Amino acid sequence: MHLHRDILAGTLFVVIGAAALLGARGYPVGTAMQMGPGYFPVALGWILILLGALVGLRAARARDWRPLAWDWRPLAWISVSILAFGFLMPRFGLVPALLAMFPLAAAGGRQSRWHEVVVLTLAMSAFAAAVFVYGLKLPYRLFIF
Amino acid sequence: MGVTESLALGFQVALSAQNLAYCFAGVALGTLIGVLPGIGPLSTIGLLFPITFYLPSIPALIMLAGIYYGAQYGGAITSILLNLPGETSSAVTCLDGYPMARGGRAGAALAISALASFLAGCIGTLLIALAGPPLGEWALAFGSAEYFSLMLMGLVGSAVLTQGDAVKGLAMVVVGLLIGLIGTDVNSGLARYAFDVPELVDGVGFTVIAVGLFAVAEIATNLERREPQTAYTGALTSIMPNAAELARSFWPAMRGTGVGAFFGLLPGTGPALSSFAAYMLEKKIAREPARFGKGAIEGVAAPEAANNAAAQASFIPTLTLGIPGTAVMTLMLGAMVMQGVTPGPQVVTANPELFWGIVASMWIGNLMLLVLNLPLVGVWVRLLRIPYRWLFPCVVMFCCVGNYSVNNNPVDVYLCAALGVFGYVLAKLECEPAPLLLGYVLGPLMEEHLRRAMLLSRGDPTVFFTRPISLVFMVATLLVLLVTLKGLDLRIARRE
Repeated sequence: MHLHRDILAGTLFVVIGAAALLGARGYPVGTAMQMGPGYFPVALGWILILLGALVGLRAARARDWRPLAWDWRPLAWISVSILAFGFLMPRFGLVPALLAMFPLAAAGGRQSRWHEVVVLTLAMSAFAAAVFVYGLKLPYRLFIF
Repeated sequence: MGVTESLALGFQVALSAQNLAYCFAGVALGTLIGVLPGIGPLSTIGLLFPITFYLPSIPALIMLAGIYYGAQYGGAITSILLNLPGETSSAVTCLDGYPMARGGRAGAALAISALASFLAGCIGTLLIALAGPPLGEWALAFGSAEYFSLMLMGLVGSAVLTQGDAVKGLAMVVVGLLIGLIGTDVNSGLARYAFDVPELVDGVGFTVIAVGLFAVAEIATNLERREPQTAYTGALTSIMPNAAELARSFWPAMRGTGVGAFFGLLPGTGPALSSFAAYMLEKKIAREPARFGKGAIEGVAAPEAANNAAAQASFIPTLTLGIPGTAVMTLMLGAMVMQGVTPGPQVVTANPELFWGIVASMWIGNLMLLVLNLPLVGVWVRLLRIPYRWLFPCVVMFCCVGNYSVNNNPVDVYLCAALGVFGYVLAKLECEPAPLLLGYVLGPLMEEHLRRAMLLSRGDPTVFFTRPISLVFMVATLLVLLVTLKGLDLRIARRE
């Protein structure tokens, strides 16, 4: 089982391990007694490459392939909504950031209904303002003009 | 201080109005998220984590602990009524709990699960009170070699014993260790893997990882599924179990507690594995094993006791050794560090109010759960009707605000989105993210202890095998690895 995905997983681990080695090129390794900042990362990089190779090779040897179904749409919308929040929050304040975030996130759900999203957005923005700013006294401005 | 005096101190702390209120908030919230499928205790603690900065340390930790064991109770409710485990740790409860509900004994199943959890909670609390301090004292003798070996054992254990593939688990631990290295190296002052991004010089924030990898990725995978949930709406006729059911549940609950406490103490294994093991044990020793799966009350009592006992017992290594055994415990550990409490053997003596306060609050919290949950079952069931399409945007909101509030820096929010994508890919490739989180938390500590141990031994790696306590941990680690590799070879052989 888990074959197709294990080849990908193994590749991913090898790539991360190689990246760790590459990134650690300039770090002094030192000796076993006086370890430099490069010692541990280099060791981990090699271990990860080995483990990744093991995962991938084990998968390559077997036969049954379970299809891997990706559904990028919900993930993309959720990510965009989070990025929008991060972008708007320091520039326009909490309420505009949430007004953008909610509809964008809801777009990722197959069952979302627009009239509900409007109500949810308004209600939760008011809730967030009440709880975070007035209740927990987080130092945020509701609107920045 | 004797145990009695210490517990008295603990109750004094836990019974203050403020701490009672936070304990209540924690268990109520825990039950809520346990009931709601698709939101786990891990994401919730990760989300609430930044908010706890604004609280003093004791109420913050009491509340987070309450969420954790409250979720174990909540998970059982959906397992029994809907055949839908709210948490992985209550998946086994479905096997007999749901048939009981269909047979008209839903109330009894819920009551037994609450009573068994309460029994386990009481014993678990006592266990922490009795075993914690001696363990902490013993750990005072630990040097760097012992700490390194202990962490290695914990990491290997978490990789091998969680669900999923062991080799992938080990690789995830290493990825986590590497992420933990991002930022300034304490010994040389060199900023590693920071790529001149000023935000990365301080390292990747704990909340960013926990929320991105777990909460965001969880939403994305949940949204792919169709919404199939139809609630069991049958009336809850009688809440109380009859005398025969009570009598039949007592010993399974006790055995479940034992199994759970054992697994909770082991690093890397959590409530999920223990509830499964407790169920298998009951089935094995039952006089009529055929009853299991058809509504045997023992099949509810044992796993529910086990997962609660494991949840309690897993606090022992976290509080006294500073070594978290499970992903949720790494969050607790992170919360302690953020609150300025250094977890480790000195916690019991240096912060007795904290340690004993948390221990006492757990018992109080378990009592609250028992008293509240039975009458409130109807309310929880009604909450199940909240559609997921309303819930998930709210969770996204908590992710955003939570991450932003740590440093008031949008970069943390962007990183969280990126880690959400990474978490989604990992979920698709069936790589468990829990070992990664453990590696991330332990990474810097582990490197530090490795360096120190090697410096003291003048570069001689045999130090890990010549010091007796370290040797025990190393042998245990090697045994776990050997057993796993053996199982692996068998699997490959069968395939070909």
